[in-house]
Amino acid sequence: MAPTSAPTSSAATDVSDDLTQSRLGAMTYDPAPESAAIVTFRDAYGLFIDGRFTDPSSHDSFATINPATETVLARVALASASDVDVAVKAARRAYETTWSKLSGAQRAKYLYRIARLIQERSRELAVAETLDNGKPIRESRDVDVPLAAAHFFYYAGWADKLEFAGYGAKPTALGVAGQIIPWNFPLLMAAWKLAPALAAGNTCVLKPAETTPLTALLLAEILQQADLPPGVVNIITGDGTTGSALVDHPGVDKIAFTGSTEVGRLIQERVAASHKGLTLELGGKGANIVFEDAPVDEMIEGIIDGIFFNQGHVCCAGSRLLVQESIADDVLRRLVRRVDQLRVGDPLDKNTDVGAINSAAQLARINELAAYGEHEGATRYTSTCVLPDKGYWFAPTVFADVAQSHRIAREEIFGPVLSVLTFRTPDEAVAKANNTKYGLACGVWSEKGSRTLWVAQRLRAGVIWANTYNRFDPTSPFGGVRESGFGREGGRHGLEAYLDVH
Amino acid sequence: MSTERLEVRKTFKLLINGAFPRSESGRTYEVTAASGTFLANVAQASRKDVRDAVVAARAAQASWWSQSAYHRGQVIYRLAEMAESRRDELAEHVALSEGLRARASQLSVARAIDRVVWYAGWSDKIAQVFGGANPVAGPYFNFSLPVPSGVVGVIADQDSSLEAFVDAVCAPIAAGNAVVVLASEQRPTPAVLLGEMTATSDVPSGVLNILTGRTGELAPTLCAHEDVDGVDLSGVNEAFADELALLAAGSIKRVLRPGRGDASLARLRAFLETSTVWHTIGQ
Repeated sequence: MAPTSAPTSSAATDVSDDLTQSRLGAMTYDPAPESAAIVTFRDAYGLFIDGRFTDPSSHDSFATINPATETVLARVALASASDVDVAVKAARRAYETTWSKLSGAQRAKYLYRIARLIQERSRELAVAETLDNGKPIRESRDVDVPLAAAHFFYYAGWADKLEFAGYGAKPTALGVAGQIIPWNFPLLMAAWKLAPALAAGNTCVLKPAETTPLTALLLAEILQQADLPPGVVNIITGDGTTGSALVDHPGVDKIAFTGSTEVGRLIQERVAASHKGLTLELGGKGANIVFEDAPVDEMIEGIIDGIFFNQGHVCCAGSRLLVQESIADDVLRRLVRRVDQLRVGDPLDKNTDVGAINSAAQLARINELAAYGEHEGATRYTSTCVLPDKGYWFAPTVFADVAQSHRIAREEIFGPVLSVLTFRTPDEAVAKANNTKYGLACGVWSEKGSRTLWVAQRLRAGVIWANTYNRFDPTSPFGGVRESGFGREGGRHGLEAYLDVH
Repeated sequence: MSTERLEVRKTFKLLINGAFPRSESGRTYEVTAASGTFLANVAQASRKDVRDAVVAARAAQASWWSQSAYHRGQVIYRLAEMAESRRDELAEHVALSEGLRARASQLSVARAIDRVVWYAGWSDKIAQVFGGANPVAGPYFNFSLPVPSGVVGVIADQDSSLEAFVDAVCAPIAAGNAVVVLASEQRPTPAVLLGEMTATSDVPSGVLNILTGRTGELAPTLCAHEDVDGVDLSGVNEAFADELALLAAGSIKRVLRPGRGDASLARLRAFLETSTVWHTIGQ
């Protein structure tokens, strides 16, 4: 970096001036690692069916690794179609003999127990999540685990109040819910799926993601500690074939899926000719819209949080920055400087901002799309951070001069890559934000409340954050429109997915 | 030579973007009354007409939704007023189409018009009934609003020529959507009459588009169209609904299945999205 205090006309290409003056760039941090010894994984895990861990029928298993080090954490069972059948039958039995016979108040008490157990074991769960997923411990500790507990706590309270939820005087459960969750928030997604389903009176067969099964298996232990009746929740690890068998199983009354739009489309096709209920929480290409009067420091932090939170492995990530032309150069300059200050590395280090990419396959996808960004003519800024030798890593990256037709502006990258586009008028901002097949989340940054609400009214998105980004709460419905899926998770609205609503 | 006045017969046409065109294909098909006698030559819409109707609906939806809920309610109520004054004509066509006696058809029309009034009243209640504030743990004002899915394709009931038709189109329109509907293939004339009434009831052009034709030919195009956000298949038999639901999955459409659309609340809910806005609170 060239130390210079002279203002430069092309601010975007020389961003080092403020940085050097402030000496922030020269600051180093001592390691502050959380102890990996807090969690002890078993060497191998079976399938959690009917209240106990069982061996899969075929005795197949696969390894789950720490993406930051590529070391094996444990082996987990690979559930076949016949294992899925056993799990679904256990769930059906539990639904008919136990769970549907309990009062709402009793169901509530089990959910409250689970919430408390998650809180009690939160440190262990956070470390486990960071080891298996690669996300920074700061996030698993402060976001994933507390929110998972909060979801159980919130929906616990609904279990004995369903008649007040606005879905009829005597809303009933659907039966057995098949739930397939992604690898980006493994424990939190399990909570988002299980808590409302159980509160509404369903029993569940949950299939965690192939690369991140461990916290769901710890959750299975928690369910045992809570004395949840056997079969009410069954957790079957596996790969795409396992999920596919669950989707096709005739004994399942409802499928809830969170993942890519491509897989969501396949699932919708597969259940089209059935009477299974379906909710889909799919991909996104969220626009973060910045007006010239936005509060600068909050806005820069919000953009950073919007795209680099969880390495950008977030379906609602603010992966398209739409910045008003009058401030575009200044925003880009500040952004690139801030990106360079992000601490990338050991996910267990409490100071780490950006952790490891979850898998080699995902890293390959990010690399491919980032290369396309350069190929199609966008200007690339990549953090100068030093990446570890082992593991899967991608340095935080910002693309400027992005056109709407570029792949990096259209396709979900699901990684720490931000595409910057500009606009002049609110109308143009709305048009560009809506120029996508997705519709999950958007951000609006402005101090002018009337304009923020005007924009919010016109955005085709399920969630809109104004002067903030990536905020989640069990009381707040989350979910998309258009090809980002349908159905809501969270809040009173989240119950609808698991009730027989006519 | 008789001195009796010769009646002026009506040509039954499509309703696309506020106009009443024949099919761009020039095709018509013969519709008979339940008794088997000739009733009308009805426009036989083409797949191109479906696409034109979707374009019109998309263009109309944003401005329809941008009207105040109070205004939308008045427009739908106005449709009931128009239908009320043409009750006899509607009843005649319901009677012919469905083979009902005069009294039964008049009652059916009365129920249909009362349904229009019921939906008119919904337009400014939906946000309060389906939306609300969310008490999030943090300094945010957070509220969820029901918003329309956008463009809704409706395959109308084949038997109930007016009552079910009114339910299927008024629910999504009251919720702020624009609709492209395939009227009953063999009993289309009451729907066409109702469409004519929208021209004098301030329903903006393109908000309701009515096509007549071969359901088997047109429904797949409507259900596979990528600019359609949701489809109501509640008027379709199970086997055909399975086929159409598969096509709808291609662009992740919302699908209202047969048997789930009887209750009006489910209809209202089917093509509403929940939009949640978080706004910071601070000094």
